[in-house]
Amino acid sequence: MAVWVETEQVDGIGQRLRNAVAYILLAVSIIPILVGYAWLLIATFSYRTEGLLPKDPQGNIGGWTLANWQFVTDPLIWRVTFNSLVIALGMVVGVGFASSLAGYALSRMNFAGRKGFLSMTLVLHAFPSVTLLISIFFVLQAISALPGVGKVFGYNTVGGVALVMVSLDLPLGIWLMKGFFDNISWDMERAALIDGASRFRVWWEIIMPQIRPGLAALAIFTFLTGWSAYLIPATFTIGTKVSNLPVYINYLMGETSLTNWNQVAAVGLFQMIPILVFFFFTQEKLLNIYSGGTKGGV
Amino acid sequence: MRVELRNLSKRWGNVVGVDNISLEVKDGEFVAFLGPSGCGKTTTLLMIAGIYKPTSGEILFDGRVVNHVPPKDRNIGMVFQSYALYPHMTVFDNIAYPLKLQKLPKEEIRERVQRVADMMGIGHLLDRKPGQLSGGQQQRVALGRALVKNPKLLLFDEPLSNLDARLRLTMRGEIKRRQMELGITSIYVTHDQVEAMTMADRIAVIKDGKLQAYDTPEELYERPRTLFIASFIGNPPMNLIRGVEVVRENGTYWTQCPAFRVPVPPERGEKVAGQGEIIMGIRPEDITLAAEEDGQGVVGEVYVVEPLGRDDLISVQLLGDVYVHFLADPHLKLRPGMKITMHFDTSKVQFFDPESERSLLWG
Repeated sequence: MAVWVETEQVDGIGQRLRNAVAYILLAVSIIPILVGYAWLLIATFSYRTEGLLPKDPQGNIGGWTLANWQFVTDPLIWRVTFNSLVIALGMVVGVGFASSLAGYALSRMNFAGRKGFLSMTLVLHAFPSVTLLISIFFVLQAISALPGVGKVFGYNTVGGVALVMVSLDLPLGIWLMKGFFDNISWDMERAALIDGASRFRVWWEIIMPQIRPGLAALAIFTFLTGWSAYLIPATFTIGTKVSNLPVYINYLMGETSLTNWNQVAAVGLFQMIPILVFFFFTQEKLLNIYSGGTKGGV
Repeated sequence: MRVELRNLSKRWGNVVGVDNISLEVKDGEFVAFLGPSGCGKTTTLLMIAGIYKPTSGEILFDGRVVNHVPPKDRNIGMVFQSYALYPHMTVFDNIAYPLKLQKLPKEEIRERVQRVADMMGIGHLLDRKPGQLSGGQQQRVALGRALVKNPKLLLFDEPLSNLDARLRLTMRGEIKRRQMELGITSIYVTHDQVEAMTMADRIAVIKDGKLQAYDTPEELYERPRTLFIASFIGNPPMNLIRGVEVVRENGTYWTQCPAFRVPVPPERGEKVAGQGEIIMGIRPEDITLAAEEDGQGVVGEVYVVEPLGRDDLISVQLLGDVYVHFLADPHLKLRPGMKITMHFDTSKVQFFDPESERSLLWG
């Protein structure tokens, strides 16, 4: 940033050359991604592809078709989409709620084991979740055995998957939220306490509104994590009835029949649509967050 | 409300924030806690507010121990250095917040907020957000929020530090005026001795968590009991000259060091004569340019001239690397390097023991 500001003022050939080099490097490095998206877009609307060229059954260039999108008429796709949505939103709510409470406590309150809890959380965040799969399986089995709760959060339920995803995402959420709370002045909180608010009201009415941008960031990131989750849903849901979109895509690449890659591409694009819409509406907010959140309130 | 602190201490592990402070604030009194930053004055204030719990000692409001009373039940208003306004609420909602928490009827809230806002001169800003206000206006909102619930005790934590010099002067007068009119007991934390001197009925000087002195501004100024108080109270600060001896010759007391020899009034001289090398304190306003050489003048060379507008602050180098400051008329056009003779008016001179740093006159 600082370098940019400095060089921006030098207006010469050397400067332009350096800019050109930077742009060329950037352009070259994103070519693989761009090609990937281009292929995805072309493949979804064509019979088959050779490289980036759409081909019809006879091998001529062309062969545009909507056949790959026929899956939208299948109720199953809407079912797994709904499941994906439930997992993603469940994570947004669960992670947002739990980490804003835990983050507040860790940022503001002094209690026995606070330091230990903080370092523990960090360790858990770094812990690879694959190694936990088997133990989580037993935990979910145990929950399944519970009356009532087992039906919602047990093994082979969307709720169970969401629950596991929430707990795996909590360490990061708690640390993020703690960081946001740390940036709020103590004086504001003290003022509210003196004004007569309870600790809970201070949290809800005074502090939470200050960290809204942070909370939004966390919500966006957890939503994306939940929406594209594969490992946990694939492991803890058997059959496609309760699985989500990524697992469904994997199912399309099944062993029993020849994989229709163009259809896989179509479902992939289908999964991307909400994310694209989402980014379109939140990119300003996201940029805000990346540049350091709000400063000095207002 | 009468506030009393009894042997109040606050420790965090081995760190001592406040060390055994005892003092009493009378009903309606305006008391300043004065000390350098990190001396424990804000910690003391936060204990009075109920934000910090004392490690030991007691806080009494009107004779009742309030150590375990939560902040909201102490009936206090507090103004912070950062104003601590709620940035997501309008000015109205900021001021109304304490009343809303008391669940007062809407109509009464609106009336009281309007009254306080008008009093503070911010009645036309009620729909704004704090971010749209100037520093002085924010300060008024903060004061309004503290006053709106008719507190029995007002606490100020360096409320003027973030304002520019001119506004600070205005707000200083305004806070003093409001406090007088409303008669609310007030405790005002500051590191600025001018604020403390001008506003407070009594000043508690705090250093390293200990109460150094608790007295009226005049008393602290005229009769400082320690070297710290002498050097902290007064602007520009008192000149402190080390290695001074007071001797009696032919019925006259003389204070002497390599740089000068000047007579001292007997009532001050007799208390310190023959005590060996001590510290002499003389305020800048007690030093003047000598009109003529009478043998009792102090000779030195002008070292630095700092124009303050009405006066020039002159640093003078005396013999033996002793420096003194005094205020001179700018028309005299003193310039660095000039040799001058000064007159020391020793009727208010102070003496301190170099070891204990306590006053030898009032200790």
